Amino acid sequence: MNLTTIDWIIMLVYFIFVLGIGFLLKRKVKTSTDFFLAGRAIPAWVCGLAFISANLGAQEVIGMAASGAKYGIATSHFYWIGAIPAMVFVGIFMMPFYYGSRARSVPEYLRLRFDEKTRGLNAISFAIMTVFSSGISMYAMARLIQTLHILDAPFRRMSFPPQWIFDVSILFSALVVLAYILLGGLSSAIYNEVLQFFLIVAGFLPLVWLGLKNVGGWHGLTERLPRAYTHSWAGMSNPHTNPLGVEWFGLVMGLGFVLSFGYWCTDFLVVQRAMAADSMSAARRTPLIAAIPKMFFPFLVILPGLIAIALPTQLSPVASTAAAQSVPSAGEGLIPAKMDETGQPKLDQNGKPVLDYDLAIPNMLLRYFPTGILGLGLTALLASFMSGMAGNVTAFNTVWTYDIYQSYIRPNASDAHYLLMGRLATVFGIALSIMAAYAATRFNNIMDMLQLVFAFVNAPLFATFLLGMFWKRATGHGAFSGLVSGTTAAALHHGLTLSAGAAPGIKGAWLGPVLHTYPSEMAQNFWTAIWAWTTCFVGTILVSLMTRPRDEKDLVGLVHSLTARPSEENVPWYKRPAILGALVLAMTLLLNLIFW
Amino acid sequence: MGLDIRLPIGGLFTVLGLLLAGYGLVSEKALYERSLGINVNLEWGLVMLIFGVIMVVLGRRGTRNGDNRRHEVAQHRPDTSHH
Repeated sequence: MNLTTIDWIIMLVYFIFVLGIGFLLKRKVKTSTDFFLAGRAIPAWVCGLAFISANLGAQEVIGMAASGAKYGIATSHFYWIGAIPAMVFVGIFMMPFYYGSRARSVPEYLRLRFDEKTRGLNAISFAIMTVFSSGISMYAMARLIQTLHILDAPFRRMSFPPQWIFDVSILFSALVVLAYILLGGLSSAIYNEVLQFFLIVAGFLPLVWLGLKNVGGWHGLTERLPRAYTHSWAGMSNPHTNPLGVEWFGLVMGLGFVLSFGYWCTDFLVVQRAMAADSMSAARRTPLIAAIPKMFFPFLVILPGLIAIALPTQLSPVASTAAAQSVPSAGEGLIPAKMDETGQPKLDQNGKPVLDYDLAIPNMLLRYFPTGILGLGLTALLASFMSGMAGNVTAFNTVWTYDIYQSYIRPNASDAHYLLMGRLATVFGIALSIMAAYAATRFNNIMDMLQLVFAFVNAPLFATFLLGMFWKRATGHGAFSGLVSGTTAAALHHGLTLSAGAAPGIKGAWLGPVLHTYPSEMAQNFWTAIWAWTTCFVGTILVSLMTRPRDEKDLVGLVHSLTARPSEENVPWYKRPAILGALVLAMTLLLNLIFW
Repeated sequence: MGLDIRLPIGGLFTVLGLLLAGYGLVSEKALYERSLGINVNLEWGLVMLIFGVIMVVLGRRGTRNGDNRRHEVAQHRPDTSHH
């Protein structure tokens, strides 16, 4: 790739602003609340944009375009079914307890509502997950910089060995994120996430504009692609007639209910952004405001994938290896085929080439962007990597300091001590992420395995929160045993089932007998989640009924039936959560109908 | 939180918009073959510039109003601060 001075200047300007924000906010950080919760002083719209931006890591940008190329517009289910309803729910129904209980983190809410062991389980698993997610983000970014040959020319000019590119990329991104979080804490992370949000939009919107213009608009796209690619609900009645390989029930329950609510309603990474809001009403509006841009993201991140696959097959600007460039016909559109060691396209069991869908976005950028705006597009991509990393790091330092260090290692220290610990946690959190990134280079399977374990741990979580917030009879013993049994159920289900065409092992059936074969891996994952959730739900209820309930006066502010509803008098209609939520759901329904 | 976020956003977009549009003005036409003949640097640079300026204006107005409000609060405060 040929970057010129103007591209480098654009990247440089961006990094100056990122660090500048950290410096400007530094003097505001005086207490641990300032550092971990941004002083609870952020307006709703800023929290809202940070809420989605923290989640908008590059895995999402690159992964969603890849799915767009692979499955078509059905990928939008990950937004319209798999995000928006849960975001509305957390804003209207759950935020009153998160924000109103004055808990400083999601695990802390679990301690207030249930007990220490439930908090401990959640805090420790969450802390480990954030470190690995941020490591994976770092790893993916360094890999991309290598694949796109972004740093090759400057390295040659300075006569550095090209093997250093990976290390330099990791170190540089780690230092930037470290610097702005150390300086300004959560406010700095939130401000930068909002900046990154606008930059990502600015970088990808012209890509969609040019791409659509080239293929003749949405109409041209529908003419070039098979019908299932441009209709999100086509063939959803049967897993064998749609590209996702899932039937509507598995989609709505597995993705739309269990996985989506489990993420958006219980993951501290996103909930922390709402907890930083300056009032209860702002905290409740945070996810609702976030839902509005979120519902339009498919046009920004999925469409480029659709365009990439719809273009006539051509030599792709970047292929994973030089060999792929010499056999362009094995690819499809702008998507090259994956190559094996001998330089031949990798074939699947049907003898068709395996495509490298992750290159959809990079190839689109290189296909349409001349130097200048190319710098902007790459900066947007780097920004999305860093917002993903920073989100994990701020969530980690808070959970570590409040839920692990203050609870189990050193209670009753001064606020200044915890502020210092938060800064230290930022440093070693990032150091651990770097180690995770290097672990990923060596043991690719370990990363897949860890993500699988995280999925088992996360799947049942929403049942615990739902019962905790809406059933006063739920007890700590119930919650804890529910979580453990839910995770076990997820592991058992995964260990006993397989998806069509997959080999036993990391993809399932590692316990031996295959009790059921799903038509696709996605269907298997959704059903694993459904089993985990149901087991946790039933398990929590049964054990709660057998154990002693907590005094009702201890649960005021933590459970729906014992908490006064937040007052909405004097709040104009357009700021009322229920009205906003209904509006958001109506717009989402409309989008589903348009792309039916 | 002291710093109005619209200021840095507006600042970044103004600078990037100026850079892109300026480069679009001086760059050769042949560069834009891959962007379908559209001088995307100039056009998108101008869009970013306009957005940036609007954010800066809103941010400055917000900061001024915020200061006024704080000022009013400070004026009302002396009665309670003597406890």
